[in-house]
Amino acid sequence: MSNLIAIKGVRHAYSTDAGPLPVLDGLDLTVPEGEFCAVVGPSGCGKSTLTRLVAGLMKPDAGEVWLEGKRVTTPRKTVGMAFQNPVLLEWRSILDNVILPLEIVDPSMSRAKRVARAEELLAMVGLEGFEDKRPSELSGGMRQRASLCRAIVHRPSVLIMDEPFGALDNFTREDLWQTMRDLRAVENFTCVLITHDLRESVFLGDQVVVLSGRPARTQYILDVDLPHDRTIDVLYTQKAADMLHDLRNQIKIAQGRDVEVH
Amino acid sequence: METFNKIAVPVSALILFVVLWELIVWANGWPDYVMAAPSDLPAAYIRFWELFLVGGWQTLWRTVAGLGLAVVFGLLLGMIMGFSRIARDALYPLLVGFNAIPKATLVPVLALLFIGQHNFNTVLMAFLISFFPIAVSVGIGLSTLEPEYRDILRSLGASRFTIFRKIALPKTLPEFFGALKVSVTLAFIGTNLVEIVSPHGKGLGALFLSGQTNSNYPLMFAVLIALAVLGIVLYYGVVFLEKIFAGWAERQST
Ligand SMILES: Nc1ncnc2c1ncn2[C@@H]1O[C@H](COP(=O)(O)OP(=O)(O)OP(=O)(O)O)[C@@H](O)[C@H]1O
Ligand SMILES: [Mg+2]
Repeated sequence: MSNLIAIKGVRHAYSTDAGPLPVLDGLDLTVPEGEFCAVVGPSGCGKSTLTRLVAGLMKPDAGEVWLEGKRVTTPRKTVGMAFQNPVLLEWRSILDNVILPLEIVDPSMSRAKRVARAEELLAMVGLEGFEDKRPSELSGGMRQRASLCRAIVHRPSVLIMDEPFGALDNFTREDLWQTMRDLRAVENFTCVLITHDLRESVFLGDQVVVLSGRPARTQYILDVDLPHDRTIDVLYTQKAADMLHDLRNQIKIAQGRDVEVH
Repeated sequence: METFNKIAVPVSALILFVVLWELIVWANGWPDYVMAAPSDLPAAYIRFWELFLVGGWQTLWRTVAGLGLAVVFGLLLGMIMGFSRIARDALYPLLVGFNAIPKATLVPVLALLFIGQHNFNTVLMAFLISFFPIAVSVGIGLSTLEPEYRDILRSLGASRFTIFRKIALPKTLPEFFGALKVSVTLAFIGTNLVEIVSPHGKGLGALFLSGQTNSNYPLMFAVLIALAVLGIVLYYGVVFLEKIFAGWAERQST
């Protein structure tokens, strides 16, 4: 299997009033095709910056970002994005919100085909019957489901998510993890998920990458050696507990605090 | 029941207003050169109905033409200010300064600039007085667009124009219509200002002036009422358009 995403020695700084603010410094990351990479790190360390670099929305000061064997310099149609804020367009129905990327990526596609594709996805995430509703008529979890559909409607090869479940309550969040797992089984995409929830990273990830504090570099990579068809129960096994403990210690190191001795 | 209330309440308020007006004039025993009573007005309308129709039409089309220009120009200016920080910093003080100029002072300036072009001058004034709210609201609407809204399309390689058309413009529509409601009243004032102030004017403003020169006080009041009616028509015309193009925003707030 080839690496669908390869990030090599990426360095980036924002220019601020107080001078340059280095955000990423020597970040390396590789994600094989079809794999799910969860990224965790201290708050403000540069995780969102990383997503913008992978999406080609920004160019790094130094280092390289490769997608599907090509150097990323501009945005590309094979990327899908979802954010913590579902950013649905209130003047469009849920169905038309999901269709939006198709209008950009494939203008020649017929309306009927678009609708069929969107309906298929909406049914998969449990939003059947909500196609004609407005975003404001849906709950937060449902909006995030619609936002996920929109992110993958054009069959992107890479799905980039920046804390997509961060604003949801715990139960809704666990529901969405399972939705995500099911989508992955049907749709073919390689995934980068930014999260601050370690349980989420272990439940969904094939690898969990821990970033150091700002400026971020790759501090630790955990291979999640669990089957793809996980259930929430897996989080209550000893194996998962060990992994979570491991990650927690790494986060403490990233935050610059000592690891608890026990 | 609800639609009944929607019509019955304002109509009752209107009737009450007219009755009160009549009563006050009657109770004070005012002659019509102090304050005409509503009962004086029908005679004025019947006698001058042709002038009212012609004047009303002139006032209407020139206001709408001026407002149309203001929409095009205001949108363009708002887009420039919304997308470019430098343009925003450069244009804002200029715009605020221009907006602060009392527009009455522009009437003689325009009259001298474009001598005899009464229609042109009137439309120009309606435009000048009304583009500011549109430019500012569109500019602010576009510049405060959350980056994520832009990124959902930008990450697919969509052009700036596509992002503007599919996201930024519709998202700004509620603010735009809010501004348009202010602008339509301003444009109307601009039109009337030129009609009243400039000699040999046209429209309802000129009719008002001729009522004054001929000491026909009921006519003057009749023009004022006609202006109010026209103003209401224009305003609700905008409200109607808003319902069609930005009706979704209303649902959101309930
Ligand atoms: N456009 C910008 N200009 C200047 N500084 C920025 C910009 N965007 C982000 N930063 C700064 O860069 C740092 C990293 O930002 P980023 O959003 O990538 O962090 P993050 O890891 O996603 O944070 P969070 O956990 O809060 O989501 C932060 O300190 C932020 O203040
Ligand atoms: Mg972030």
